[in-house]
Amino acid sequence: MASVASKLYSDDVSLLVLLLDTNPLFWSNTSTTFSQFLSHVLAFLNAVLGLNQLNQVVVIATGYSSCDYIYDSSLTSNVNSESGRTGMPALFGSLLEKLEDFIDKDEELIKEQEHDDRIASSLLSGSLSMALCYIQRVFRSGHLHPQPRILCLQGSPDGPEQYVAVMNSIFSAQRLMVPIDSCYIGTQNSAFLQQASYITGGVHHAPKQLDGLFQFLTTIFATDLHTRSFVQLPKPVGVDFRASCFCHKKTIDMGYVCSVCLSIFCEHHKKCSTCGSVFGQSKLDGASTVSDKKRKAPDS
Amino acid sequence: MSNQRKRPTGEREEDDEEDDAEGIGQWERAYVDDRSWEALQEDESGLLRPIDTSAIYHAQYRRRLRMLSAAAAGTRIQKGLIRYLYIVIDFSRAAAETDFRPSRMAIMAKHVEAFIREFFDQNPLSQIGLVSIKNGIAHTLTDLGGSPESHIQALMGKLEAAGDSSLQNALELVHEHLNQIPSYGHREVLILYSALSTSDPGDIMETIQKCKKSRLRCSVIGLSAEMFICKHLCQETGGLYSVAVDEVHLKDLLLEHAPPPPAIAEFAISNLIKMGFPQRAAEGSMAICSCHKEVKIGAGYTCPRCKARVCELPTECTICGLTLVSSPHLARSYHHLFPIAPFDEVPTLASSNDPRRKLGKSCFGCQQSLLGAGNKPGPCVTCRKCKHYFCLDCDIYIHESLHNCPGCESIHRPKSVSLMEE
Repeated sequence: MASVASKLYSDDVSLLVLLLDTNPLFWSNTSTTFSQFLSHVLAFLNAVLGLNQLNQVVVIATGYSSCDYIYDSSLTSNVNSESGRTGMPALFGSLLEKLEDFIDKDEELIKEQEHDDRIASSLLSGSLSMALCYIQRVFRSGHLHPQPRILCLQGSPDGPEQYVAVMNSIFSAQRLMVPIDSCYIGTQNSAFLQQASYITGGVHHAPKQLDGLFQFLTTIFATDLHTRSFVQLPKPVGVDFRASCFCHKKTIDMGYVCSVCLSIFCEHHKKCSTCGSVFGQSKLDGASTVSDKKRKAPDS
Repeated sequence: MSNQRKRPTGEREEDDEEDDAEGIGQWERAYVDDRSWEALQEDESGLLRPIDTSAIYHAQYRRRLRMLSAAAAGTRIQKGLIRYLYIVIDFSRAAAETDFRPSRMAIMAKHVEAFIREFFDQNPLSQIGLVSIKNGIAHTLTDLGGSPESHIQALMGKLEAAGDSSLQNALELVHEHLNQIPSYGHREVLILYSALSTSDPGDIMETIQKCKKSRLRCSVIGLSAEMFICKHLCQETGGLYSVAVDEVHLKDLLLEHAPPPPAIAEFAISNLIKMGFPQRAAEGSMAICSCHKEVKIGAGYTCPRCKARVCELPTECTICGLTLVSSPHLARSYHHLFPIAPFDEVPTLASSNDPRRKLGKSCFGCQQSLLGAGNKPGPCVTCRKCKHYFCLDCDIYIHESLHNCPGCESIHRPKSVSLMEE
């Protein structure tokens, strides 16, 4: 049996981990409704599963205050679910049920917390971390496994508080050689997704018309890793790797970096505002001047 | 571990056997060299089975993590992030010994190559230089630089062993080189020592005191036996001394030096370093690059100060000397500054009021079932902050490679408690 399986595991078997943005604060402001978007996505997932008998699809939902696994095509329990919905293939009955449950729970969690944020970002770092843990599990399962890749379908803008976590996930994906593709359907540019795709060797695309989303998904994001060398995909254009300074948040060409905590400043300061180290002095010099003063006090 | 060291008589026999190498088949080598019977153990009924390495591996990993976190104890230790490291490799006649297969030299070169790549991966702003000791004299193989390829090429180019080893000459040479670096850099030396003696032109104790005064942190990895002078050197300068017992151990010891070490308080002078963040050159633009002195079209970066073209980052502009980096390079070091706390082990309880039954039977990260044999709870770990459960493999992956807890990242945090502003 093992030899038959190895013949089936040809170069183009892929595992697609889809990170679906379900942030209600984003979806309430778009022209396309979430259900129209979902119909494009489900048709795309069917197309991916149809390309090869051994292809696998895993869907993780990125919500506003939580993330969770929605669908795993390798689990056999999916087949037995009763689908009471008309028009949707029975294959995705469990996906739709779980997605509804997830969105209800997410909305409850939103009501529990007060949200003062003007930037309504979703938890991209959480779902990226979960996807990478799942992919690591696939790598552990032996040498016969599909080639994994991650596709982020994101519309919410970037949340700056997630920068460190997203960069950690990107570097870990680079080490595992897992490309992160990204399809951005929002209005502003997403620097996180552009950097992610550039660093890990994935494809980034921001389609302008959401009516044709299925077409973009199948022509750009459905190709597996082996076939990508034969297909012309959108090339990365103008990824801006400049940093922004911590004091004014503007992008700078040249700046000053603290050697202790690597914070970036645009002008010369005497003291680092992040780690508190005084520049030009070692910590011991600073401490000894304080203790000298203390020692003098009891003498006098 | 000591029973895996080869005794001198065993070595001589193997040399005879290797002379008629065609006579020894691969299956015989498994008994002669690898001692394959040591990988088996008996269970309760006396049947043989292979050693269950995953539990041992995880126990080792948890011990290591406990040692590291005991030192940190919840506070953030300042680490030396901008490191200038010299690797000193001993190519004296002791390096040609064959107790490491095929020879100590070849194994050292192979693992140093892997170490260099890992080092630049974890410390993108740091620089490495290579020094070799041959015939009692120390030679500089490469100067301090930030490109891994040039170091590896220089190392693999000359692999021959001869003569005596001299620790003092190596330390003097490295001391001379490292005196020229800026004050915010952390000076380190890593010595791979295979000889059992050192022939020095002067008093090595003076050299050690000189190194200590100039804040040079020396660490030694020995390949033969523990030596007093190496131990004294490491104790005086605050480095680590370890002796490798076999190839796998040598690799682990080397890779321990890749993450930044804790900074010693009196050594750490903080400074503001001027750095440039270049943009990519426009597609189709032609320029002569300053590193190769050739005409290049398109891809490359432009120094913001002097507008010279460089091919890759991070680097120092050859024309004006400005350090050029991109923001992902700085971001690679952030996980050293914001480490995640180790997860707690969950004791395996068999009671039916175990709250775990309700919380989840699968790992939060990879959805693998946490139940062991017979539906009893298997070993797992939990995060203190988000209280989610993870399997042992996810624990290792999260702490060694990912540096993010998926559970903590999946909780919405209001902006006021964010660790860092961007």
